[in-house]
Amino acid sequence: MTDDMDRVFKALADASRRALLDDLFRDPGQTLGALASRLAMTRQAVSQHLAVLEAADLVATVRRGREKLHYLNPVPIHEAHARWIAKFERPRLDALAALKQRLEGDDHG
Amino acid sequence: MDKPSFVYVTYIVTTPQKVWDAITDAELSGAYWQRSNVSDWKVGSAWTHGFAGKPADLVGEVLETDPPTRLVLSWTPASQVGNPERTSRVAFDIEPLGEKVRLTVTHTELTPEGLKDISQGWPAVLANMKTYLETGRPMPDAFGGIHG
Repeated sequence: MTDDMDRVFKALADASRRALLDDLFRDPGQTLGALASRLAMTRQAVSQHLAVLEAADLVATVRRGREKLHYLNPVPIHEAHARWIAKFERPRLDALAALKQRLEGDDHG
Repeated sequence: MDKPSFVYVTYIVTTPQKVWDAITDAELSGAYWQRSNVSDWKVGSAWTHGFAGKPADLVGEVLETDPPTRLVLSWTPASQVGNPERTSRVAFDIEPLGEKVRLTVTHTELTPEGLKDISQGWPAVLANMKTYLETGRPMPDAFGGIHG
């Protein structure tokens, strides 16, 4: 579990890899060649970055005939969000909800 | 095969049968997915996704079944029944990998409207299924609701 999360954060700690994920978010299901031509990276560099992203489970692939299509897999990012951020947001969301209730209550008071 | 609209993958420390049950059992699916999946899971049968005792939110047909490793469903928002453009297709592939299971959800034939409806939902459903199967409890705030 910790190893999985380490791989996710290490994979995200690189601007080129984040650019690849951004591009897959905009246009899901791209081939290696399409990604390389759009991002001004060599095929070899894209291929190495994709391998790191796949190992971290941030990219999922599907074979269609001779093509390998790449998809952003947001599930590990969602897990990281739920693990830390959602937990910290809750008191603030509760405080906002309480404030809203008080202000709206006053309106009718 | 049509080019998939989305492919989601998660690895869960569990067995293929438990993942299968988590998807197909009304009570188990309700525990982590908010709504329950209901069907007899035979090819050609209807399936529904909704809160118990309420009209279903999603409906469809069981297209392919090979328990506990593959399930393919057609998928239509209840408000769009009769509109074939809004029927998409979801495949669940469940593969054992040592002590883990790799669950792949492939959603195809989604229109842009359908895409908007579901692209927010799957990561939460899968992350919550993983937590539920690994710990026996769903995640608090899995669907990001504001309390109070």
